[in-house]
Amino acid sequence: MFGFLGPNGAGKTTTMRMIQCVSPVSGGSLDVLGMDVASRQREIKSQMGVVPQENNLDGDFTVYENLLVYSRYFDIPKDEAERRVEELLDFVHLQEKKDVMTESLSGGMKRRLVLARALINRPRLLILDEPTVGLDPQARHLIWEKLRSLKKQGVTIVLTSHYLDEVEKLCDRLVVMDNGKILVEGSPAGVIEEFIGSNIIEAENNPQLLECLRERDANYEIIGDMVHIYPDNAMELSEYLLMECSLTKISARPATLEDVFLKLTGRSLRE
Amino acid sequence: MKLVDHFRIPSVSSRSYKVWQRNKDVFMKDIKLNFLPPFLEPILYLIALGFGLGKFVESIDGVPYAKFIAPALIAVSVMYASFFECSYSSYVRMYYQKTFDAIIATPLTIEDVIAGELMWGATRSMINATVMIPVIALFGLIDMKYSLLIIPFAFLGGLLFAAIGMCFTAVTPNIMSINYPVLLFITPMFLFSGTFFPLSALPVPIQYFAIAFLPLTHIVNVIRLLSFGVLSTSILFDVAWVLVVTAILLVLSINLMKKRLVV
Ligand SMILES: Nc1ncnc2c1ncn2[C@@H]1O[C@H](COP(=O)(O)OP(=O)(O)OP(=O)(O)O)[C@@H](O)[C@H]1O
Ligand SMILES: [Mg+2]
Repeated sequence: MFGFLGPNGAGKTTTMRMIQCVSPVSGGSLDVLGMDVASRQREIKSQMGVVPQENNLDGDFTVYENLLVYSRYFDIPKDEAERRVEELLDFVHLQEKKDVMTESLSGGMKRRLVLARALINRPRLLILDEPTVGLDPQARHLIWEKLRSLKKQGVTIVLTSHYLDEVEKLCDRLVVMDNGKILVEGSPAGVIEEFIGSNIIEAENNPQLLECLRERDANYEIIGDMVHIYPDNAMELSEYLLMECSLTKISARPATLEDVFLKLTGRSLRE
Repeated sequence: MKLVDHFRIPSVSSRSYKVWQRNKDVFMKDIKLNFLPPFLEPILYLIALGFGLGKFVESIDGVPYAKFIAPALIAVSVMYASFFECSYSSYVRMYYQKTFDAIIATPLTIEDVIAGELMWGATRSMINATVMIPVIALFGLIDMKYSLLIIPFAFLGGLLFAAIGMCFTAVTPNIMSINYPVLLFITPMFLFSGTFFPLSALPVPIQYFAIAFLPLTHIVNVIRLLSFGVLSTSILFDVAWVLVVTAILLVLSINLMKKRLVV
């Protein structure tokens, strides 16, 4: 499972659309499943499933019909399609909503249906553009569980997400991108280790603390009224700060992808 | 995109049939409602215009007024059915429902999708003609000899207006702006294509203009002759005009839509 991270407008959706053979590749070459996107798009698309950022279920049909009609675009024979639709409705827990028109589904149900639709052709490659956006924790966990089981079945999954805990949990490898360029690439743990270290100490910003830190030659960053300290040895440093600098409010925690993300792409808001 | 690119033959596959099938399935859901207009409209028009207004109108070239306008009603319906299907309805599917986006994530290409939409538009025209012929026959206003040829011709005419509608869909900035071609092109055609009075009543330059630029003129001519049971050589000119213009506009409409959607 491969993750694409990046601030709004970084070019994640654009990259996904190029992999889907929808947007043209203006420079360089792009092979998907070993095939060139420019010349073999039908073959690529027949082996690929897509969950787009914006839901695009067919509003003229019910849940069941949505899946069945979609199966026809892949030339799946009708009886085989019917079997798969039943299976998928069970898989995403939408069996009861089978005959409901898609507009009357909740956001989470729509998302699950889009996922089911992406699986109708048993894809080897699954593209997920923010699959869990706007979902409640239950629905997110359900989708994660489904994605893990797909991964076990050998499906390659490409994911974009703004939920960094999600990416950290699910992805084997990831890139962080901004302005259409890749900033880093690696495993979640590897990237965290490389850019932050394993732990972070958070403390309230005051002059005494900063002096202490400078004395120890520590690596730190001031963020508003907080200070993030990136220590080589978290235990030792936090003890030192508590004892020698008589600080009371500090906390040490494991570093996360979010820390890496903010460090790499800055803290200012994107347009 | 250069001008020649607009007329490059697009590669369309037989998969476009799936898009046609999708639209047909939606149509079948409301089949009763969808069959009502082509059934009811000719009855209303024939009573009001044919027999009501027709009382005050002399026969045209020896043809009673009701019989004169009956084929025009079919031609107008052919125009409206596919034009509206491929303008407003296609725009809704493309822009609001994102149906096209969903379909091009499958082995279908954007060319397939648009081709399927155009075929469906033409099919709606053909369905309307097929429903209207027996209704008009009930009034005794159609000669059955060649009347069944109207059905395939309605498909061809349907393709023409589907392509016209699709060209506007491809360039319109928003759905409201489709009102412009309706007001400035479709409505004048409805009135000035030899539909409710013969073209010869108009000044000669306008007659030439209608023959050159108003596609409905040719559709009306052909359907009128077929419904009178007459096969004259002038039909060949009209059919040739329709074939050539349809071919050009089909290619143009697919390329324009591709230009709009591939980003
Ligand atoms: N490599 C690139 N070079 C130039 N412009 C690009 C590139 N990639 C994307 N863009 C432009 O950036 C804009 C936003 O891109 P995109 O929708 O892919 O962002 P995103 O990362 O998916 O953002 P979000 O998180 O908000 O969904 C688009 O207008 C796109 O055309
Ligand atoms: Mg995006």
